[in-house]
Amino acid sequence: MRFVFKTSYEADIRLFKHKPQMAWYMLLLAVVVALPFLLDEFFIGEATNVLIWAIAGMGLMLLTGHTGQASLGHAAFMAAGCYFNVILLERGVPFIISLPLAGLIAGLIGVIITLPVLRLHGVYLAIATLAISILTEDFIVIAEPWTGGVTGLVAPPMIIFGLEIDRYGTPGLFYYVVLFVVLAVLMVYRNLLRTPTGRAFTAVRDSEISAQAMGINITKTKAMSFGFSATIAGLSGALLGHFAGAFNHETFNVILSIQLLLMIVVGGLGSIHGAFFGAMVVALLPQFIAISRDWVTDLTGFNATTIPGIEAGIFGLIVLLFILFEPNGIYGLWFKIRTYFEMFPFYRKNMFKRQKTYLKTERLR
Amino acid sequence: MSLLSLHNVTLKFGGLVAVNNVSFEVGEGEVFSLVGPNGAGKSTIFNLISRFYDPFEGDIKFEGESILGMASDKVPSLGIARTFQNIELFEQATVLQNLLVGRHRHCNTNVISQMLFTPAARRQEEAHRAAVEEVIDFLDLQPYRDKYIAGLPYGVRKVVELARALSTKPRILLLDEPASGLSIEETQDMIFWIEDIKNQMGITVLMVEHDMNLVASVSDHVLALADGKELAMGTPSEVQSHPAVIEAYLGTGEIG
Repeated sequence: MRFVFKTSYEADIRLFKHKPQMAWYMLLLAVVVALPFLLDEFFIGEATNVLIWAIAGMGLMLLTGHTGQASLGHAAFMAAGCYFNVILLERGVPFIISLPLAGLIAGLIGVIITLPVLRLHGVYLAIATLAISILTEDFIVIAEPWTGGVTGLVAPPMIIFGLEIDRYGTPGLFYYVVLFVVLAVLMVYRNLLRTPTGRAFTAVRDSEISAQAMGINITKTKAMSFGFSATIAGLSGALLGHFAGAFNHETFNVILSIQLLLMIVVGGLGSIHGAFFGAMVVALLPQFIAISRDWVTDLTGFNATTIPGIEAGIFGLIVLLFILFEPNGIYGLWFKIRTYFEMFPFYRKNMFKRQKTYLKTERLR
Repeated sequence: MSLLSLHNVTLKFGGLVAVNNVSFEVGEGEVFSLVGPNGAGKSTIFNLISRFYDPFEGDIKFEGESILGMASDKVPSLGIARTFQNIELFEQATVLQNLLVGRHRHCNTNVISQMLFTPAARRQEEAHRAAVEEVIDFLDLQPYRDKYIAGLPYGVRKVVELARALSTKPRILLLDEPASGLSIEETQDMIFWIEDIKNQMGITVLMVEHDMNLVASVSDHVLALADGKELAMGTPSEVQSHPAVIEAYLGTGEIG
């Protein structure tokens, strides 16, 4: 068992609680940085995919996990980031400016669109944002001169300081660009959570009335959360555009919005870890199923590739099992396993019984 | 000079008159209690002061200035802090984080510097942390600093709520039933704390409470309410022996 003796207020503010924790995260960072040298091209692409999903997940996690506002419209903000990035690139704006700018535009759109729906709670907010997601698809088709309509657009290669980065040509460099964005978003996210703004987010999530009584402006806080969330989603959308190469209105359909929400639920609402765990499930599950299909076919002689819709089915089952048995998602599971070993042999079976609550992401009134 | 005053305040919910023409003044540095049977409008008065409701008639003044033009999230910046009857803590956060939310009104760095965690933001966090520690020390919450609210027993939550209100460094503290659900020992602690809040910290207290022992031992003035109307006002013993109060609680004794 480990006891952390705090000797200064700094200890509560630091990013890492103690030295060994910092060492583990540094090790993780080292592994993540070394990954392109360890994997072949296909798996570098998969790792990049996980990271892009993780950025989008962090965006939605900030809003749903930390501010408690359910959104089924995040594909819209990803689309905004993606299209604006490519439109800016086509107008000759360099990538290092167009990417953050596209994110900011997505964030601004997020704030403007959601200001009127911010007064809605819970399931009504989810429906309103779902409508935004549906409208976006149609809007992309209508705004053909900019978006290319149904044909869509092709993302030009990223050019950073004269270096041309392409998913297929230079997958390692592409991976590093995405990793850089992940780390930047992660840093901002962590900083927000340890400062008044982040605490205001969680306060609004847990009790609007007492947040108000502590002097927090609810509307402003929610709008700010939407802004940050949409900005991060926009960044991931822009990167997704480059990753996919070509995209159209169907890339950012309602299914993506729903998948994002389910992803952070599986990962674990209310923790940044959850966004990453969820991203791994969503991005790697199809590959995992494809590989196990071949394996099942070889083993049994039964042609498993013919089962239609098995991916969605398995993903749905995973979501269902988590909601029933572990509402805190993969992170909650991981937290319990970690606590078990940290406290060995004093772990009790009911230790988390009182904490077993569904995160208050909505209050029906 | 009164710190907080209500002037002929009336609040109606449809046909129900929840608060009927109530006036009172809370002087600086005193403990003022509101008592009365359930449904007398005590908590409603708190919600009026917090600006969750708009009064139908009348005025509420803080230091002589009307607060009726203010949004509810601006009220704490005057130095008005409150607790809730049914504990309203941030469940999925630690005690420390809850108390730090109480420091929100003292936050003076912008979002950009918080995002980047600039030295200014870090200094502010340390200052907030130090301020919160004083409250933790005062209310003996040291064992619970890093505990999540969701796992805490009721009595401790009650104290955490008081601590969160104190973290805002208020001028007046509104306590909505601070002793409800507490054991005898915990209630005794609460009495000492309220006395210390008044005497050492110099914070004015406006309190709603049913426990007459607590009310009698700490209050300077008591206002008894029933059905939204004022019944009696005075020192604790005056109010307790007032015929109208006895009637409201016990009835007249006449049958039929």
